[in-house]
Amino acid sequence: MKTLGVILLSAMLTDNFVLSKFMGICPFLGVSKKLDSASGMGIAVTFVMLCATCVTYPIHHGILVPNGLEYFDTVVFILVIALFVQLVETAMKKTIPSLYKSLGVYLPLITTNCAVLGVTVLNIDNNYTFVQSLVNALGGGLGFMLALVIFSGVRRKLQYADIPETFKGVPATLVAASIVSVSFMGFSGLFN
Amino acid sequence: MPENKKPLISELTKGIIKENPTLVMLLGMCPTLAVTTQAMNGLGMGLATTFVLLGSNIVISALRKVIPDKVRIPAFIVIIASFVTLIGFLLEGFVPSLYDSLGIYLTLITVNCIIFGRAEMFASKNNVVASALDAIGMGIGFTIALFIMGSIREIIGAGQWLGMDIPVIHSNPMLLFIMPAGGFFTLGCIIAAVNKLTNKKPPLEIECGGCEGCPMADKCSSKEEDKK
Repeated sequence: MKTLGVILLSAMLTDNFVLSKFMGICPFLGVSKKLDSASGMGIAVTFVMLCATCVTYPIHHGILVPNGLEYFDTVVFILVIALFVQLVETAMKKTIPSLYKSLGVYLPLITTNCAVLGVTVLNIDNNYTFVQSLVNALGGGLGFMLALVIFSGVRRKLQYADIPETFKGVPATLVAASIVSVSFMGFSGLFN
Repeated sequence: MPENKKPLISELTKGIIKENPTLVMLLGMCPTLAVTTQAMNGLGMGLATTFVLLGSNIVISALRKVIPDKVRIPAFIVIIASFVTLIGFLLEGFVPSLYDSLGIYLTLITVNCIIFGRAEMFASKNNVVASALDAIGMGIGFTIALFIMGSIREIIGAGQWLGMDIPVIHSNPMLLFIMPAGGFFTLGCIIAAVNKLTNKKPPLEIECGGCEGCPMADKCSSKEEDKK
């Protein structure tokens, strides 16, 4: 049984969702251009991950497993996430308009973010308890944010770099991501 | 954009080179990077995605007049997720080794932007035959991209190709290439090479997989013009 601290840190650093599991690459490359949008997206993803875990865990263990319907996981989870994102967006718009203004644009993009579906499925696959699942979701979300924020800094520098013509744009971004990923490899072996 | 005037065969071929979903349109990056540590896994992932894409494109285009516009996104998601569940069962039953090596990424086909993008941009506007051809073409294009990517990473990173040892490299492989960092690097180089070969100006930005992959694309018209 892993302790909560190990789960949190390994989800953040050693098994970083973006840089070692390749989940959520699209927002990682798309939204990481500016620091404030990167941190905004990170907060929104962490929030949705936590909420989605809160909802999918009871559904899996309370409804699907007792009825022998585990194979419906994918269908149910993605629907729950899609509905949840809509719900959060509507609720946020009505109750906290200031937060909506800063995070609202990222919310619709989260439905198709594989990190959110990934974290809910991983929690089930790893047989985590409810608390462990929540901690894993928190760690995953924070790790996602960390990767985005670090990478936004790298891209800022990249703008002034003299890049060969064919590598301009996406290829250069991917190569830079590879170097950031190498730096995260340094964390591997931190926990066993 | 649907182009009904064109012959059907072009629906099939456009996905392979001109509109290759991974290398040109930059959709579905997550599986492209994640499962391509071996050529075989890339091939398996490509074929599994093709199956889901074909099934969902056919069903969605057959039901395109029945599904109300307002609930079309949840409806698409359910159809796609059902096919993903189906392919999960098939692989688990018949090719358990592939099922194990694809792992969670098999489930994540559900949120692959290519499938959602084709459903939204093509299947919901075209007839069944054109949609099926479109799916096969896109699927083949995706599979080829994954296979190339997997081959490069397996040959350089492990000194093997489809399980066969490659002389010289095998004794001294560059392990980095089968690690996550190598995935980013290889994809960056392949996209650069494709840009060089096609003489195309590389796309400067990825906006979350482009408008094709975004469920809200219809609500934001601003991105539409500068994409084309």
